[in-house]
Amino acid sequence: MLSLVLVAMLLVLVNIYTNWLDPVRSRLNVVATPFYWITDLPGRFSRWGEEISISEENLRLQNATLEQELLIHKRKLQTMAALAAENVRLRQLLNSAEMIQDRVLVAELIGVSPDPQRHTVVVNKGSNDGVYVGQPLLDAFGLMGQVIELSLDHSVVLLATDATHALPVQINRNGVRAVAEGVGDLYQLKLRHVSNTVDIREGDLLVSSGLGQRFPSGYPVAEVASVVRDPGQPFATVIARPMAQMNRSRHVLLVFSKFDGES
Amino acid sequence: MAEASRNTLSMIAVSFVLAMLLAVYPISIELRWVRPEFVALLGIYWAVYLPHRIGPGIMWGMGMAQDVVEGTPLGLHALGLVVIAYICLLSYQRLRSFETWQQAFWVFVLVGIHQLFGNWVHSLRGNEAAMLLFLLPAISSALCWPVLVYLLDKLRVHYRIN
Repeated sequence: MLSLVLVAMLLVLVNIYTNWLDPVRSRLNVVATPFYWITDLPGRFSRWGEEISISEENLRLQNATLEQELLIHKRKLQTMAALAAENVRLRQLLNSAEMIQDRVLVAELIGVSPDPQRHTVVVNKGSNDGVYVGQPLLDAFGLMGQVIELSLDHSVVLLATDATHALPVQINRNGVRAVAEGVGDLYQLKLRHVSNTVDIREGDLLVSSGLGQRFPSGYPVAEVASVVRDPGQPFATVIARPMAQMNRSRHVLLVFSKFDGES
Repeated sequence: MAEASRNTLSMIAVSFVLAMLLAVYPISIELRWVRPEFVALLGIYWAVYLPHRIGPGIMWGMGMAQDVVEGTPLGLHALGLVVIAYICLLSYQRLRSFETWQQAFWVFVLVGIHQLFGNWVHSLRGNEAAMLLFLLPAISSALCWPVLVYLLDKLRVHYRIN
């Protein structure tokens, strides 16, 4: 009995403070996958049911709205082309490196962490698809997190809202840099060490800054929800709301950024 | 005899697999805080009613399996379940003679201990729960206990699991 407790404690400590057990874990993940696959079935069936039972009228309506949306995006894209070209010319004038378009891989969420204290998700792409540890994950609205565990056909992603996660960001409006930390709440990020005099306002968009060589720059991360400046405190308390829909997005993108090859 | 024991072991194995499926079933983050600890509940039940089959060793193995499936640090659930199994082993005679509601209170305490170990491991990594939220599963598990006892008693009698 006592030996079992000691072995368990030893395993916990080895698991948390070293990475010796990582290869073992990635093997064992093969056992875990069927559980997530099976528990995902009811959801998949209900979506399939919704898909085949949707009425023609609804489909037409959906089609119409989608076409409208496409038109709006296309118009934006037209001006984008000109802007991108202008950007390249300006960058050439400044002798700086050209912006490289990031390559992406579309993945689907197949599971979420059953543990409320740990914010991770499982996606259906793994090392067979070229996914690597540290790869950023996006959804249609913003940055979600990074890959922390790999196996052949799926990978585990740590969300940016997990209490152990932090990522470098900058304010889109004026380029002020900060570090956005998770606090263990799916709807909140906290900016660390923002001095009371920094120009930051409610509603400011925070984008990834690309510092730290992990996340590519320029992806939306969060929107500042509240700024509290207490003169008695050394730093302002800044709370931001993540742009990515951490608890809803199903289709996600894995980005192969320019920092490929470095981990 | 061998036939009966194989039957028993397979039923226990099936029940644990079902409990683990329930433990990873995707639900919203708010509900995840109150999800009962199904594996611990089942462990308590088997350890109390079949103490000659389910002891700390098997519970340790179940905990490891749950850690692998849930992706938590290896040993997190094993630690809690071993302690639960040991307490059950010491007190199963008393527990069996209790009324169901009295047992439910015991279950609250046992799952609470399990959750304390879990939160301790999480806090090593910086994921500790705010306030005493991590004890919510102990309450919901205690509330689930009467239903579980009702269902499993029927199963046990019907399939002659012993």
